[in-house]
Amino acid sequence: MSSEVLEIQLIAIVVAVACALPGVFLVLRRMAMMSDAISHAILLGIALAFFVTADLTSPLLIIAAAATGVLTVSLVELLNRTRLIREDAAIGITFPALFSVGVILIARYAGDVHLDTDTVLLGELALAPFNRFEFFGYDFGPRSLWVMAAILCINVVFIAFCYKELKLVTFDANLAATLGFSPALIHYGLMALVSVTAVGAFDAVGSILVVALMIVPPITAYLLTNRLSRMIVLSGLIGVASAVGGYWFAHYQDASIAGSMGLMTGVFFALAFLFAPNRGIVAIARRRASQRWEFAQTMLTIHLFSHEGLPEAEREAHVNHLSSHLHWEPDFAQQVVRNAERRGFVRNRAGRLDLTHQGREMAQLALVK
Amino acid sequence: MANHSDALAIEVEDLTVAYRDQPVLWDVDLNVPVGVLMAIVGPNGAGKTTLIKVILGLVRSAAGRVSIYGQSYSAQRRLVGYVPQRGSVDWDFPTSVLDVVMMGRYGALGWIRRPGSRERKLALEALEKVGMQDLAHRQISQLSGGQQQRVFLARALVQDAQIYFMDEPFQGVDATTERAIVELLQELRAAGKTLVVVHHDLQTVVDYFDWVTLLNVRRIASGPVKDVFTEKNLRLTYGGRIAFLSRSGDEPAETQIAPHVIEPEEVENGGTGIGERPIL
Repeated sequence: MSSEVLEIQLIAIVVAVACALPGVFLVLRRMAMMSDAISHAILLGIALAFFVTADLTSPLLIIAAAATGVLTVSLVELLNRTRLIREDAAIGITFPALFSVGVILIARYAGDVHLDTDTVLLGELALAPFNRFEFFGYDFGPRSLWVMAAILCINVVFIAFCYKELKLVTFDANLAATLGFSPALIHYGLMALVSVTAVGAFDAVGSILVVALMIVPPITAYLLTNRLSRMIVLSGLIGVASAVGGYWFAHYQDASIAGSMGLMTGVFFALAFLFAPNRGIVAIARRRASQRWEFAQTMLTIHLFSHEGLPEAEREAHVNHLSSHLHWEPDFAQQVVRNAERRGFVRNRAGRLDLTHQGREMAQLALVK
Repeated sequence: MANHSDALAIEVEDLTVAYRDQPVLWDVDLNVPVGVLMAIVGPNGAGKTTLIKVILGLVRSAAGRVSIYGQSYSAQRRLVGYVPQRGSVDWDFPTSVLDVVMMGRYGALGWIRRPGSRERKLALEALEKVGMQDLAHRQISQLSGGQQQRVFLARALVQDAQIYFMDEPFQGVDATTERAIVELLQELRAAGKTLVVVHHDLQTVVDYFDWVTLLNVRRIASGPVKDVFTEKNLRLTYGGRIAFLSRSGDEPAETQIAPHVIEPEEVENGGTGIGERPIL
């Protein structure tokens, strides 16, 4: 692997993990779409800061972007609080307004610098290694790797130190407030973090894929676990897998790296959605099916139990009557009876069904419940 | 009934809460002595939840003053435990029963410090008190309504507070759980704690509580159940929407009213949750 190939993958991995970490809390706070709003609106902050510094590498750009992100969240909340506009609409109004001002500013006044709108939307990871971080003539690797590594560190530190507070505020903001942990402080801290991450990441993958990397790995992890700590770790791992998988997919298909990474997050989500051990579609369908069989078994034992020893038992307890009496298809009835026999609940004597001791117990148990 | 000392656990003066020009609470005065088990009752939209949320600093008041043992809530928050309505949180949150109960210790831990083995031990003890020790490691989405309520109670117990505020702890729980909760409340009172419980079922007020506040935007009455929980006060609180069924029995008639509300869906504020917005 050439150093360039390695560098691109490293950047992709760092970006993906840095995005997934705050994304976990966005997803749990039902604010997934806020990442969309923030990752677009920060363009205005970047454009304004660029006019002040005339330097695309200035750290002021990141600070301005973070401020715009927090501003976006505040504006959405302000609109929402008037109760004239619901939250989804408030998001839909706020960020295109800020974003479009940013686009106009760049197109009108910064057309000749590297801040074109295509890059903003899609990013270009393949070019990242050309922008080096040099210090006293030494080459320390790609600049964006350092920027994203720093942002990743900030995210890790914030989540490690405020893990308990983030968990409490996300689960029960009222309790957090009564215990003296300001939900607003945590909330805006998280939003600032999302903004900083978005501004760092959009350089590499563009603002649209920031959303994919922030939201999709956490949702995938949510389907796979029911512990917050594991959800965070899994989100990071899925991010890494998407980054590496996306890179090689792009390599062999000669496609956009960022686009392929986004695609990979979708593939992993689809896999989890279908095959997650407890919450996946297949697991749910299998559970439903087994519940249906289980219920049919119980129904059969109860039916036999309630007619047991009565004059009509001869007729009621016959296999052929089950389909008409219990509204079962003949095939289904046969299958239920076979299962019940196999599990020792009934004895089948030439079509006449008798409960075993075990079957009688099962019926009684079900009736008591 | 126990002798109540003269000390006041909660003092509320001239408390007014409004959503724009819609009053949610109008000039409420309330004194709660130390060591009582008090129900707050009133029709839907009477401001019961809002009242405890203002006391806890979760809702801003337009006017008035609240004190806990003579000082502001923020100075005394260590003394206060809170059991919110069960439906106020997302039970699909990826966490376990034990984890939720440990959250009750977060206040004592303060910022940054992580819960450790001591918090774990306290949480397990609290779970045992509510009969949930076997479910400590269960994912919270797998709990029944009654179990969720017990988890919330355990979480309040580990706060080891002097005053407990509980918002409808009997909402949607089965009879066994209700019985268990009542016993727990009475144990806490016996241990000298003060309990304020938003309550819906008028029929059980006499059996469960020794103190009651009748609320309908204004404070209608507040005091010992035997003095205050009268037909007259209930009519003032619920208007005409109440029927009184005399319980047959050998006890004196005046304390044996078993009222129930006829039109519980009536909402005074013309909306759900109005004025109960948390400060965020």
